[in-house]
Amino acid sequence: MSRIVIDEQRCKGCLLCVEACPKSIIVASSRFNAKGYKVAELPEASMDTCTGCASCAQMCPDVAITVWRTAKSKAKENE
Amino acid sequence: MSEQLVFTRPEVLADVATHYCPGCQHGVVHRIVAECLEEFGLVEKTIAVSSIGCSVFLYNYILVDTVEAPHGRAPAVATGVKRARKDAFVFAYQGDGDLASIGMAEIMHAANRGERISVIFVNNTVYGMTGGQMAPTTMVGQKTTTCPAGRCMEREGGPIHMSEIIATLGGVAYCARTAVNTIKNIAQTKRAIRRAFETQINGEGFGFVEVLATCPTNWRMSSVAANERVGKEMIPEFPLGVFKDAAKEEQP
Ligand SMILES: Cc1ncc(C[n+]2csc(CCOP(=O)(O)OP(=O)(O)O)c2C)c(N)n1
Ligand code: SF4
Ligand code: SF4
Ligand code: SF4
Ligand SMILES: [Mg+2]
Repeated sequence: MSRIVIDEQRCKGCLLCVEACPKSIIVASSRFNAKGYKVAELPEASMDTCTGCASCAQMCPDVAITVWRTAKSKAKENE
Repeated sequence: MSEQLVFTRPEVLADVATHYCPGCQHGVVHRIVAECLEEFGLVEKTIAVSSIGCSVFLYNYILVDTVEAPHGRAPAVATGVKRARKDAFVFAYQGDGDLASIGMAEIMHAANRGERISVIFVNNTVYGMTGGQMAPTTMVGQKTTTCPAGRCMEREGGPIHMSEIIATLGGVAYCARTAVNTIKNIAQTKRAIRRAFETQINGEGFGFVEVLATCPTNWRMSSVAANERVGKEMIPEFPLGVFKDAAKEEQP
């Protein structure tokens, strides 16, 4: 399973990552960070759809997203 | 399960929150510049020249030695730095108000002299830092605080196309315009900045990359709408592409 981590204290809630994700799995959460920005999130339930393409991270002006990719074949071996 | 880290912050990009507004693409351009510096192994030998505009605090984010130039003078300061320290890698980072308005003379002459420097020019069609006044790059019809009814061709003339002008100057080795509104264009921006840096590393001449970017705050748009405007309105006015590449011209 590929996965991302959004640094919620860095996120400014611009939602450019939401638009950039080809799988449309990132959403606006209902949480606010310490600076008062409503942060983006990838709900745990959608994480297995993530391909690790890093489009979200490339687009993020605040470099708030870290991406790990797991090769598909490897993932299948582990199933 | 073997997972691979495929995207993380470059080390030379400070791990701090920026002062930029939500959705401001100065952050994307900083990140790409930081990645290119690392990939070419330039971090230790780089001297950056920052300008006046929202990116004035570049030195807080890209952790290299930096000289802060007076408004518009970054190419002149970079000229001095490079001539005094030929071994250093020198890049200037300027906005459109800084470069195409008050700094028009400096950029033209530095480019024409073929200074071995690289200029990253972030065009967001407005004076961002000072609250959204009209810039030389403001588009016809675009509303700003100093042209509240929209820029008028009759009164203020049309937007200046810097890349097209710079490409005509003799000392220029590489000149391109890119954007960071899509993943494809972000990749293109990175290739262009790499090539501009390469021209300096190889001593080929002056390198210039204009990056179309958003200023959601002064465009009075959401970040997403501002990003869409880049594709719908800016790119048709400011076409993307490589306007000069000396290396390619040599091979007929
Ligand atoms: C000599 C001088 N004149 C005017 C100013 C005011 N000023 C500060 S930033 C700026 C324009 C910045 O616009 P731009 O270069 O497009 O940068 P942005 O903030 O949009 O990235 C101006 C006119 C100044 N600081 N110094
Ligand atoms: S890595 Fe790709 S698929 Fe995963 S959340 Fe980001 S954009 Fe979406
Ligand atoms: S692009 Fe970055 S700052 Fe914007 S909402 Fe997504 S994670 Fe947050
Ligand atoms: S005013 Fe515009 S250019 Fe300046 S930080 Fe905000 S969005 Fe960016
Ligand atoms: Mg500007």
